[in-house]
Amino acid sequence: MNNTQFKTDQEFFMDPQRCIGCHACEMACAECETNGQTPMISVDYVDRFTTTQTSVQICMHCEDPVCAKACPADAITKDEFGIVHSANVARCVACSNCVLACPFGVPKKVEPMQLMMKCNMCYDRTSAGKKPMCATVCPSGALWYGKREDIEKARPNSTPVNSFQFGKQAVKTKVNIMMPKGSTQLVVD
Amino acid sequence: MFQTLNLKAVLVATVVTLGLIASVIVGSRNLQNFDGALIAYLFGTIFACFGIAYRYVVWLQRPPTWRYWVRGWQLFFSRKMFVYGWELAKHFFNDFVCQKFIYHRGTKRWIAHLSLVVGCMIAFAVTIPLTFGWIHFGLKQGTIDTYEAYFWGFKTMEFPLHTWIAFNMFHILNWCSVLVIIGVTFMMRRRLTDAGQIAIQTFEGDWLPLILLLAISVTGLGLTWDYEFMQGKAHQFMAISHAISVILFLIWLPFGKFFHLFQRPAQLGVAIYRKEGEIGEQAICPHTEQPFASKLHINDLKEVTKKLGFNYDLKDGTSHLDLSPQGKRAALAKAHLAARKKSGSYFG
Repeated sequence: MNNTQFKTDQEFFMDPQRCIGCHACEMACAECETNGQTPMISVDYVDRFTTTQTSVQICMHCEDPVCAKACPADAITKDEFGIVHSANVARCVACSNCVLACPFGVPKKVEPMQLMMKCNMCYDRTSAGKKPMCATVCPSGALWYGKREDIEKARPNSTPVNSFQFGKQAVKTKVNIMMPKGSTQLVVD
Repeated sequence: MFQTLNLKAVLVATVVTLGLIASVIVGSRNLQNFDGALIAYLFGTIFACFGIAYRYVVWLQRPPTWRYWVRGWQLFFSRKMFVYGWELAKHFFNDFVCQKFIYHRGTKRWIAHLSLVVGCMIAFAVTIPLTFGWIHFGLKQGTIDTYEAYFWGFKTMEFPLHTWIAFNMFHILNWCSVLVIIGVTFMMRRRLTDAGQIAIQTFEGDWLPLILLLAISVTGLGLTWDYEFMQGKAHQFMAISHAISVILFLIWLPFGKFFHLFQRPAQLGVAIYRKEGEIGEQAICPHTEQPFASKLHINDLKEVTKKLGFNYDLKDGTSHLDLSPQGKRAALAKAHLAARKKSGSYFG
């Protein structure tokens, strides 16, 4: 892309355990210009009948994005900074392959527009050296953007992890999840 | 370069291109109706034809694209042909004629895109047959005020000169240019003012196509301006600048944004695939216990992702892909909670 002020020393760190379900991130996400004012973040009640647990999910920006590979229209691309972009509006044929293939359940299809949209880490902001909207408003630190050494200092009992295991599939991501100290992977099965 | 050359695509593209050249020879009656002044446009179109066919075949070979392509035709030629034929007709009208999905992306974007599409499609329908020598005009024998139009050497219509029909037929490309300029103006304005668009746009992906369309339209109008108001004094300059802009457009056609003209019809295949999915069995998410997609789609996706090198099979024999997007997010949150719980501290 054109803008080169993307700060490569800054990373995204997500800790779903800290999510309090306030939806501030969702409101802030709608301010992102690249989404056309549509929130791309997901705040879920994990199992509302048995627990108050809420969870937040942004795009993890996989190193080998299955959404892009499963797209029949070549509409999804990853740039030189590792950002997996929202579908190219001219190409997306609204087939939902990306929506259903993403192991994190991130892409959303906007039916009337016949278009897939997803978090692109607020590219209008991050490409200009700013923090993504959601990370600037999260009151509990579930979403945090900055330097790795800073979060390691602030949260000494946690380790940032960017490796996931979904059954037989290992997935590496640009975005980190904060895990108990010493963890190397989050296994989901 | 030769290591990455796709031989299947080369073969298909060569056959398609030779077919095009043969149709030019036959359609122009052994080139007797071919206009020599358009030779540069013809070479540009032949190059574009080869490039488009090559890229299309490479594109089709991707596992997800091939799956949709095969499924689409299988469904279309099935016993439910009339159901899907009706579905295709509806989607063609809504998505291609009215472009409703773009209307939902924004009214100005819809006006802009519709202007561009109508302008470009009419222009293609006129210029391509003219370039190939498929269409030519001539004076009706024994008259000096009646024109005849021929297609593939067969007379198709005649019309008197100095009438509104003749005026519009001779100026149709000017009306196309006006439509294209309207569309390009809207789109350029958006690319200069929309912060989101500014952040993600590229010169070759977003600006170059608009610049090429604008150049073609302005130089095309310039040709008319020259012979109507300048006694043809600038004809050479106008003709050459128009030819250069059109040929650059034709060369860029297979590579850049314009290729979506050929990819877009896949949307129709997707429409009948979805219709089949709606009629058939639904996939139920084990987490939400709600249907979220068709079983057909989930099963196809499991196969396609495996072909692409992704295996989401779980220990219990099910697949992570059996979960809806909400179910997947919940599974991740639960796994994270379990890991935190196991460590003895929920926060850190």
